[in-house]
Amino acid sequence: MNRRLTVAEQLAKQGVSRRAFLKFCAAAASLMALPPGMAPAIAEALGKRTRPSVIWLSFQECTGCTESLTRSHTATVESLIFDMISLDYHHTLMAASGEAAELARKQAMEQAGYLVLVDGSIPTKDGGIYSAIAGVTNLQMLKETLENAAAVVSIGTCAAYGGIPKADPNPTGAKSVQALMDEGLVPRKPVINVPGCPPIPTVITGVLAHYLTFGEIPELDNLGRPTMFFGDSIHDRCYRRPFYDQGKFAKTFDDEGARKGWCLFELGCKGPTTHNACATTKWNNGTSFPIESGHGCIGCSEPDFWDAGSFYSALSMPTTPLDLAAGAAVAGAAIGVGVALANRSKKGAAKSAHQSAGLADLEK
Amino acid sequence: MGEVEFLNWVRGSGLNIAIAVFLLGVILRLIEIYSLGRKPDLSAPRHAAGASGLHTVFRRSLPPPGMMKRSPVSYIGGYIFHIGLAVVVFLFAPHIKLIENFFGLSWPGLPSQVVDLVAVITLVAMVVVLVDRITKPVKRFLSTFEDYFTWTVTFLPVLTGYLAVKHLLLPYTTMLALHILSVEILLVVLPFTKLFHAFTVFGSRWFNGHLNAHKGVPV
Repeated sequence: MNRRLTVAEQLAKQGVSRRAFLKFCAAAASLMALPPGMAPAIAEALGKRTRPSVIWLSFQECTGCTESLTRSHTATVESLIFDMISLDYHHTLMAASGEAAELARKQAMEQAGYLVLVDGSIPTKDGGIYSAIAGVTNLQMLKETLENAAAVVSIGTCAAYGGIPKADPNPTGAKSVQALMDEGLVPRKPVINVPGCPPIPTVITGVLAHYLTFGEIPELDNLGRPTMFFGDSIHDRCYRRPFYDQGKFAKTFDDEGARKGWCLFELGCKGPTTHNACATTKWNNGTSFPIESGHGCIGCSEPDFWDAGSFYSALSMPTTPLDLAAGAAVAGAAIGVGVALANRSKKGAAKSAHQSAGLADLEK
Repeated sequence: MGEVEFLNWVRGSGLNIAIAVFLLGVILRLIEIYSLGRKPDLSAPRHAAGASGLHTVFRRSLPPPGMMKRSPVSYIGGYIFHIGLAVVVFLFAPHIKLIENFFGLSWPGLPSQVVDLVAVITLVAMVVVLVDRITKPVKRFLSTFEDYFTWTVTFLPVLTGYLAVKHLLLPYTTMLALHILSVEILLVVLPFTKLFHAFTVFGSRWFNGHLNAHKGVPV
């Protein structure tokens, strides 16, 4: 049986210089908010590790997460990360197809301790028939694959929280990986959620780099997200925050305020309730992020962002129409008139029961 | 229920229910109160300077002679927290946005630092007024459960709003949801407690002023 190559061996084989590798480690250290002095330690830890097998399962998804990862502007960090893992199954990226592809997954599963990356939510309604690969439902495939896995990384909001497939009315009964574990439908393993629609490529690679370097899952917040990337809200790190504090808001996408770069809160920005690294890490090789391009944050790294009202209604606005109000007003008026009539009749009864006292009564 | 689901609920169904109960209660009580009526006063009206409904509406906003000295906390604290509440509720940009959504009316807000400061002053004034109520024997004797309850449901929206903006105690999303929930509780409670004075205060002042003006007494 083939011995798995260590990362150092693999890189040497591919002609990646020591210098390039150290540069990558320094980038990884800064991504993980570690001191630069940690880079050699990371290099050593990474160099000695054998490339762990990674099985990437794509379920009810749009392939946007894979696009995000593979189409990142500079491939250096991303391609290095792929040199450090052995991506044994990914039905968009792998060359094999059909039975050969499924065989690759089965072979990778023979050696326990592999990492499972999931993008897309898993349908559970009607036995999970709404999405299947090679005749196996997503639910069944996840259950099998998780059996001997070391950990799961839920890439993207669909895998992490159900995402768009789970949006109301959720016709396929879509669920997140964590939800399936909580319900006992799949084996329980450590889960790292890397939400986003799609997630930032450097955040995906940063989480993987952390796992490879330290061999453990990073510190997570209450929604299972690594705090090093999801610890701050977009609003807190937004360069337009001073305008929010000054009460300067763009009212339309084309007014003077918008041109001056004022806060997009009134145009529906969900920055205050969204935790992600967009405002600091940014997109397209650090070019910008949605708010910088003039559009509010849609909150894509939060659960149920699709059902949180319109993307263009401010956070302080109701998410659903207040359809009970008119009925309640009519009911209030009706009850009010009822009470008024009851009071009237009480008054009338008191009046008619009133007896005048005369001199004769006093002498009684 | 996760924090985002909680927030979505308070922004959706929760708000819908709260506004419905609020409207029902306000309309019911206004009709009930204004339909009560009084017997017509058949006596010849007397006239006195400064005696009218309108006079009373304004005069009752000022402390009667000597009272400011006897009960400064009630008056000064009362002014501060009422004005503070008005500023915080009506001049904070996200609140104006909500009002605009309901009524189509909007006006410029204050910078958030100013609103923050006013919120703190309001909270302090409310605490001082509460402490005064508890420590003064007469006020304590006159206080009922309703007084403490209405104080609490008024205090919580300001407190949770401030904590949310300042990211204290709980994550912003959870605190924002709690803030909106506390306002919904206030809306539900308002029509059925003494907080209904927000709707009746000027009407009842006018009524008293008018009644007494007929007798030639400026009150």
